[in-house]
Amino acid sequence: MVGIVAFGAYVPRLRLNRQAAYDANKWFAPGLRGLAKGERSMANWDEDSITMAVEASRDCLTSHKAEDVRNIYFASTTHPFKDRQNAGVIGTALNVEQNLSATDIGGSLKAGTSALIAGLNASKDGAPSLVAAADKRMARVASSNELNYGDGAAALLCGTENVIAKLVGHHSVSMDFVDHFRGDEAEFDYGWEERWIRDEGYSKIVPPAIKAGLAACKLKGSDITHFIMPSLMPAVPKLMAKMAGIGEGAVRDLLGASLGDTGAAHALVMLVDALESAKAGDKIMVVAFGQGVDILVFEVTAEKDKLPKRKGLSGWMARRKEEKNYMKFLAFNDMLPIEKGMRAEFDKKTALSVLWRKRDMIYGLVGGKCRVCGTVQFPRSQVCVNPNCHAIESQDPYAMAGLECAVMSFTADSLVYSPDPPGYYGMITFPEGGRFMADFTDSDKEQVKVGAKMRMTFRIRDNDEMRGGFKRYFWKAAPV
Amino acid sequence: MARGIKDKVAILGMGCSKFGERWDSGAEELMLEAYKECLKDAGIDQNQLQAAWFSTAIDEVHVGKSGIPLSMTLRLPNIPVTHVENMCASGTEAFRGACYAVASGAADFALALGVEKLKDTGYGGLPGGRGGPLQALWNANGTAPGNFAQLATAYMTAHGVSGEDLKKAIGHVSWKSHQNGAKNPKAHLQKAVEMDTILNAPMIASPLGLFDCCGVSDGAAAAIVTTPEIAKSLGKHDIVSVKALQLSVSNGSESGHNSWDGSYFHTTRIASKKAYEEAGIKSARDEVSMFEVHDCFSVTELVTMEDLHISQPGKGWRDVLDGFYDADGKIPCQIDGGLKCFGHPIGASGLRMLYEMYLQIQGKAGPRQLKNPRIGMTHNLGGSPRENIASVAIVGRYE
Repeated sequence: MVGIVAFGAYVPRLRLNRQAAYDANKWFAPGLRGLAKGERSMANWDEDSITMAVEASRDCLTSHKAEDVRNIYFASTTHPFKDRQNAGVIGTALNVEQNLSATDIGGSLKAGTSALIAGLNASKDGAPSLVAAADKRMARVASSNELNYGDGAAALLCGTENVIAKLVGHHSVSMDFVDHFRGDEAEFDYGWEERWIRDEGYSKIVPPAIKAGLAACKLKGSDITHFIMPSLMPAVPKLMAKMAGIGEGAVRDLLGASLGDTGAAHALVMLVDALESAKAGDKIMVVAFGQGVDILVFEVTAEKDKLPKRKGLSGWMARRKEEKNYMKFLAFNDMLPIEKGMRAEFDKKTALSVLWRKRDMIYGLVGGKCRVCGTVQFPRSQVCVNPNCHAIESQDPYAMAGLECAVMSFTADSLVYSPDPPGYYGMITFPEGGRFMADFTDSDKEQVKVGAKMRMTFRIRDNDEMRGGFKRYFWKAAPV
Repeated sequence: MARGIKDKVAILGMGCSKFGERWDSGAEELMLEAYKECLKDAGIDQNQLQAAWFSTAIDEVHVGKSGIPLSMTLRLPNIPVTHVENMCASGTEAFRGACYAVASGAADFALALGVEKLKDTGYGGLPGGRGGPLQALWNANGTAPGNFAQLATAYMTAHGVSGEDLKKAIGHVSWKSHQNGAKNPKAHLQKAVEMDTILNAPMIASPLGLFDCCGVSDGAAAAIVTTPEIAKSLGKHDIVSVKALQLSVSNGSESGHNSWDGSYFHTTRIASKKAYEEAGIKSARDEVSMFEVHDCFSVTELVTMEDLHISQPGKGWRDVLDGFYDADGKIPCQIDGGLKCFGHPIGASGLRMLYEMYLQIQGKAGPRQLKNPRIGMTHNLGGSPRENIASVAIVGRYE
């Protein structure tokens, strides 16, 4: 029996207040008033689809060992790299390399469900597959997309042991129905008329696919307890459910009020939301639309209640900071030619040879543990750092990303260039041993104190604008 | 311990350029300005120089690599010139090289010259973006103020000092340096400042405000050293000799091992202890007449006075507030204005500190002259609290 064995999610801490965004733009686009309520998630300047997928994957793997994962599928329409396996970066951050097949899936808003189907199929013989989906879509200033989109990620571990939601069946159709433009050079989506999309797209393509999906699963519409279907038009999922004989009460909330639509990730984000509250025996249908349709049907098992606790979507949603500064949203998304000063101009070229040699240190936050004296240290070095040891070549790799640490000293630096000044950084110490001067992120003045507990998080360190926006990643400390 | 170099080397002459925003000068002009004074003071001919040490810290923004820029600028007589770099402790490093050459007998006359021309970068503060390709991948995106600000955080935590008390004490450190700098015509900043101005200045890196941070300056300083015997044979009186030169360099225990609490300079403690041994000083608080220490930030000076074993650990802030280190206090510190006001052209600073000690001991310090100082100590620090070079020199009357 193949199915989902664990789930996880990630939502950035910042939530853009839509009224604030509307207020900034209403002189130009008063018609957006109807969307000026609630909030949308907003990635910090150092977050992208990879960093969010890493966080969701870590959340998902709370209960499982990363090294058992044999496949990683990473779905997004905003992969940071065109020619570099984005899923492989996630693998390195999770310290998985050997026996791993890493695959990016993109090109459509149904990439998340397509990745899930691939992951489930790859796991039939028992090889655990991690499916991560994340999107951080850009939208034009004063557009409805700007208010409707959200940034976020979900991750699902597929396998055959202790399945919490078994796959009942799946069905897909591929049709080149294009409802918005986003060509190779486009930064933003450019939409076609919504009424046409609803009447000629959704209404004609989705109901037959649902019907075929139900038939493949030998189910009726009324058997479905949770109907998951992302859409920027809130009435559409209800209409599709009705056309398929699925009860209106089964239609899941689109999470628009407090999160926004997370693009290719959204079907899986909504699936995680459903799994958090679902009971054994519940039947979940996931529908994703994008140049065709993917339909998946799961049945929740009794194993679900045994799954160890994780933050999940609800946990990350609860970690929240309202952002009413629309200018900050623009600046974080590189939509403002802001005066960064000469200190922002230093070359960010990465020595790829160094990155390769030190990839476990940089991407995996792997330090060392001395076999002679037991001292944990970061980075792993040739000579033990313990002044009473100094043993040579004595250290075994020691993964530190999952360890809680504490602030020993810190500062809020107004001189250093930071996209979100002042720059917070400080010496963090791990109780097991080991310390280093780390950048802090998602930090406020009230949270950063000597002794404060911190959690390591995988983030963008630099953006190499001279080399096409090549992102450099490292681990930062964030308040627990 | 090795025998050391106490009284084996005498300072024959010194020179120091005016420090400041020297828009009129490049590194070459600054070098010559310091050198002319130095050579005249030494009273020898340039052709008598047998070796030279040349210090800079950020040469990529001015002279570039090697000993050639010094040799070219001064048209030295094709003698060995060694370019040294040890961050902000580079100046003392040049002096150390020259002293060791004389102490070893390899040279009768050796030149040490440090220079830094920082005001051609187009922005304030130190140029950033240095360090190797691995550092660039993981080291926190910080600045010198941010790194030293954490010394303040950790000091308060370790000793239970309130933010208000510490702010007052480090404010006094800067106030005192401004008082002293006002009497120094070569200083970058020659204006006394009110305490209120200091305490209410904008924050640079919390808890360090604008007046807690020294600026960056252009400048050069130089010394010519020889043996005391040669100095005497040249008719010199009031000879100033080197009593101790010690250096201690971090090996990673502070930055990588949990035994360090961030509130002190491990290396300064080691270097100063060795220096007192080399100089034969038993009780520094009673024997040292004056200090020039590395007050890159006000809190650095405060903590350094503990690590030099003058103030008790955790009590330095009280000594500061009691005026112990003021010009009229028991042991004046930064009588020339320090890095804070004399200025901080990185590669020259160690030599600038020695310049003031040299003038004071000879009674040539003008309006800021102290009464009969016999032993002067300099402390020149490179790096950050967690990874640094502590360089200590003790000079005094040759008797």
